[in-house]
Amino acid sequence: MVEIRFHGRGGQGTVVASKILADAIAKEGNWVQAYPEFGVERRGSPVVAFIRIDDKPIYDKSRIYTPDSVVVVDPTLVEAIDITDGLKPGGTIIINSDRRPEAFPFHGKFKVRTINATEIAVKNRLGTLAAPIVNTAIAGAVIKVLGLTKLESLAAAIREDISIKPEDNVKAAQEAYELA
Amino acid sequence: MKKVMMGNHALSYGAMLSRSQVIAAYPITPQTQVVELLSEMCADGTLDARFIKVESEHSAMAACIGASVAGARTFTATSAQGLALMHEMLHWASGGRHPVVMGNINRSMAPGWSIWTDQNDSLSERDTGWMQYYCASNQEVLDTVIQAFKVSEALMIPGMVVLDAFALSHTYEVVDVPDQAAVDKYLPPFKPEIRLTPNDPRAFGGLTGAEHYMELRYKLQKDMEKAPALIEETGREFEKMFGRNLGLVDAYKCDDAEFVFVTSGTAGFTARVAVDELRRSGVKAGNLRIKVFRPFPFAKVREILKKVKKAAVVDRNCSYGAHGIFFQEVKSALYGEPGTPPVFGYIAGLGGRDITTDSFKEVAAHALAKDRADEEIVWIGVKK
Repeated sequence: MVEIRFHGRGGQGTVVASKILADAIAKEGNWVQAYPEFGVERRGSPVVAFIRIDDKPIYDKSRIYTPDSVVVVDPTLVEAIDITDGLKPGGTIIINSDRRPEAFPFHGKFKVRTINATEIAVKNRLGTLAAPIVNTAIAGAVIKVLGLTKLESLAAAIREDISIKPEDNVKAAQEAYELA
Repeated sequence: MKKVMMGNHALSYGAMLSRSQVIAAYPITPQTQVVELLSEMCADGTLDARFIKVESEHSAMAACIGASVAGARTFTATSAQGLALMHEMLHWASGGRHPVVMGNINRSMAPGWSIWTDQNDSLSERDTGWMQYYCASNQEVLDTVIQAFKVSEALMIPGMVVLDAFALSHTYEVVDVPDQAAVDKYLPPFKPEIRLTPNDPRAFGGLTGAEHYMELRYKLQKDMEKAPALIEETGREFEKMFGRNLGLVDAYKCDDAEFVFVTSGTAGFTARVAVDELRRSGVKAGNLRIKVFRPFPFAKVREILKKVKKAAVVDRNCSYGAHGIFFQEVKSALYGEPGTPPVFGYIAGLGGRDITTDSFKEVAAHALAKDRADEEIVWIGVKK
């Protein structure tokens, strides 16, 4: 069983990222459970989403308190909240950032990996310059770093789930996958 | 075909595969996506049904009843305050013997204003004469809608498919979507013996004096009593065709168990994980998840629990002034039966508070330390 927690801000597509990943994981025959934090999400406010993955049916329906990995979609959250809360010792943190992993205070205690998903999203004209949609790039980095699925499965999931610029989104995921 | 979908969409797919002909609904969090998807399916022709927009849940159920009287297979969905607003019409649907099927997302009743889960909304409708199924996975949600239509139409009693807010409604899970042709074989078209039609005019729901009313209600109860056997039978038939059993209860490791949790809804799946952990520490635990609450499976519960040494009912609800509602029913099932175990009653998870494997371990530690249940209610995780 693998448990992952996503931190983003309302409107960035964090919940959609978890849905795309769930679709990609299910394509390879694994069992998956993905859900947003049970709340009333508002644009710009911190949001949380979760994924559980297993090779057998998942019966635990409670929330995730001690994730194996944390994914930070919005880098400003690193200063705003404790994104390491409950993270298992030695767990992996993937951050959308142009900084190096060593720049983060929890580097060393946890495995930190960074991916400049914002730059990849802007380059592929996803969202706007002020509000780029980074979720597909993030998903590309996540499947590589955590070894969750093949890139083809993710690309297929993106094509199914995203109706606006699906091919640009696939390209963003691919670029992030290669860089991560 | 396997598909990742949220519980709300599992309800929509269930209604679609059942070939619902009329859908009337009013949106409410956390039910909204159920009718959003159904309205899209009606608009793009995926589902050949009439979608009736209404101004309230009371009107939604009234429209469903009207359509059902006319002989249409009818579906709706709601939650909490919306279900409460339907209350009068719920009696009308069962009293008039209209087999409407409804999805209800378990959301706590306000105030305090809440969109999160507990079971008091649907359990407040306990005595309306509706069948109630409590689901633990999105797969079970989809499958149960199909089965509910089959059972409801055979007995002419409406059915409510119940699922936890967020823990199922907004959670994506892998769901095996049955093939339409197979569903058509399992669930033939709805053909009521009598229906409202200009060719054969009849009056429905007329004034009924004391000389007839009691017989109508006697028949409702007698038909309700047929439901447990029919649910088991249609559940086995479903298993033959689709590989998944839909019974009255889901008994997990109960055969050799000495201590059994009695649960419902998603907590009834989390309890399995706790059972496995308790077994690893030497406790012979089991979990009896009650799937069907109305009709209550008294015989099944008695048969399973009379063999165990202790039972702990975990209720995500409270009948204020009494105690947990499943707890009441379980005690009632065991009453008068010689050699029944002590039954402990717990309340947990109101207003969406999480029920975790630790919650169940706390329940087990409490029950296993005592010889008898000397408290009416033990509250789990409450800040006193």
